[in-house]
Amino acid sequence: MNITLRMAWRNLWRHKRRTWITVSAMVFSNLLLVFMISLQFGMYRMMIDNTLKAFTGHTQIQRQGYNDDPKIRTSIDDIVILADDVRDSLGSKEVAARGISFAMTSSEQRSYGLQIVGVEPEYEPNVSSLPGLVKQGRYLADMDAEEIVIGSVLARNLRVKVGDELTLLGSGREGSIAAGIVIVSGIFESGSADIDRSMAQVPLGYFQSLYNMDGAGHTIVVNTDEISRVTELQSRVAGIIPANKQLEVLNWEQLQPGLKQAIQADMASAWFMYAVLIVLVAFSVLNTQLMSVLERTREFGVMMALGVKPTRLGSLVLTETFLMSSLGLSIGIILGIALTYYLTIAGFAYPGMEEMAERFNLPARMYPSLSVLSILLGPGIIFICSLVAAIYPATRLFFLQPVIAMRAV
Amino acid sequence: MSSIVCKDLRKTFQQGDETITGLDHVSIEIAEGGFVCLSGPSGSGKTTLLNAIGGLDTPDSGEVTIGSTRIDQLSKGELADMRLNKLGFVFQAYNLIPVLTAQENVEFVMQVRGVSAEERAKLSRSILQEVGLAGMEGRRPSQLSGGQQQRVAVARAIVSQPALILADEPTANLDTHSSAQLMDLFVKLNEHHKITFVIATHDVRVMRYAKRLIKMQDGKIVSDELQEQQPMAV
Repeated sequence: MNITLRMAWRNLWRHKRRTWITVSAMVFSNLLLVFMISLQFGMYRMMIDNTLKAFTGHTQIQRQGYNDDPKIRTSIDDIVILADDVRDSLGSKEVAARGISFAMTSSEQRSYGLQIVGVEPEYEPNVSSLPGLVKQGRYLADMDAEEIVIGSVLARNLRVKVGDELTLLGSGREGSIAAGIVIVSGIFESGSADIDRSMAQVPLGYFQSLYNMDGAGHTIVVNTDEISRVTELQSRVAGIIPANKQLEVLNWEQLQPGLKQAIQADMASAWFMYAVLIVLVAFSVLNTQLMSVLERTREFGVMMALGVKPTRLGSLVLTETFLMSSLGLSIGIILGIALTYYLTIAGFAYPGMEEMAERFNLPARMYPSLSVLSILLGPGIIFICSLVAAIYPATRLFFLQPVIAMRAV
Repeated sequence: MSSIVCKDLRKTFQQGDETITGLDHVSIEIAEGGFVCLSGPSGSGKTTLLNAIGGLDTPDSGEVTIGSTRIDQLSKGELADMRLNKLGFVFQAYNLIPVLTAQENVEFVMQVRGVSAEERAKLSRSILQEVGLAGMEGRRPSQLSGGQQQRVAVARAIVSQPALILADEPTANLDTHSSAQLMDLFVKLNEHHKITFVIATHDVRVMRYAKRLIKMQDGKIVSDELQEQQPMAV
């Protein structure tokens, strides 16, 4: 083994307790970062997955401009035929067409405005979790049936139950009056009070007839098994849709910019906390290495007198830090992986999580997402910051005078 | 290369408001292969002169030439290279690297010079044998006596085959027996390897080994005499 490396390793253990205290701080921080970042990634993944599966989907085909300014006239002609084509081309059943409008909905006693979504009852369960959340009655069955599923909050507000009639009054595509009577076939509980209060679904055939859509609709939702493959899916779908119909394919980040922003905001606040932790570890390393350099001033003076240049002495100090950080990194990562892996199986919950879970439509237990990035990101930054922290003690050696240094006690 | 010429060296130190004169216009010449002792009481300027010759300290004025090189005009890097390649130092307090074994201490300087691992191992074992430490290569400084540590320091100083060895009170921490052994070793190296020795000491027994004895006081040379070597009986 190289003598410098050997010296660096042995120097670390001249003050075992001090070295172990610094290494322990690194181990703890690395363990915490591996766990926290994995948990964070897992949480975001679940948030995205659940939110998108609830309604939006991974990608949507829309008429150009509809996403920015959703008007009933900005529609896709023969939407059911196009959805069939996309399904055939992709060989996937996770494709469903929708029409979207608004209506004043009245029961015998009350009226509320809400979003009416026309769906294909056969395919909607493949792209949305909402059909599976019907707690009373049943989900829509027939493409042309005059029936509706509503959220539990709306049902309470309108004071209706399964089997009751609701009157819909809105505006058709060409400005005509859209009016109809539908039977409540089911009541869903999505976990999101907003959705349960303000959205209802009807069969797409009925929707088209109610709003005089003439076979048109507004979006075709296309999902994939794995969220990481959304970009690939988006390109494939873009290659399938006809070029002359002014259509576009949007991914979930374009459809739900708020979700991404919420994740980015949460990530920023979490990284502020991580930064504090990293700075504390860096100062611990700085303190250890500075003390180590100061108490070895005489030794460094002797080495300089023998003809060793400050660059080599500086590299010795950096090698010591490298070894110490590697030790903290290895032990911290191993313990972090062990803890996080256990929790990817057992799950994790903390006080107040139920409220948050309800708000974001998440399950009551979190499952960390262990990946190469979540394992290496935090510890990697700690490792680099530790090396940077050792630069100051190392540079002090450039200002040593051998004669003065050798007089140090 | 080992002829040393010091011309009109002056060095002062500031101690509070007081200015201490370390070297007061000192001029000497030391020929190649010399065995010179600098003697005098504490504060007489022996170590300051030694440091100036070794490039460890820069004089306020004057010239120091070793061989054909004016070392008072070299940069810090050039001085380090000169010390590494041409000089050997032996200190009063041994100053071995505590985390390295005897052999590693000797090898350390060679590694800095870029000598191959195989060559280092061969040379360091041979030198340690020459200074009487065969079998102790794997011991750390804390496992060696003062005399043994000083021999390792000597081995470290001579392993690069320098033309000049500067020793500052090399026997100050040694008993009589160890001192005699060390000085015998110096004489042997001086005679067999033609290494020039400049030794700062106030030990009369060490002065007997010198071929030339320079006495200093208050930063000045007060006497400079050639003498017969008179090794002490061990």
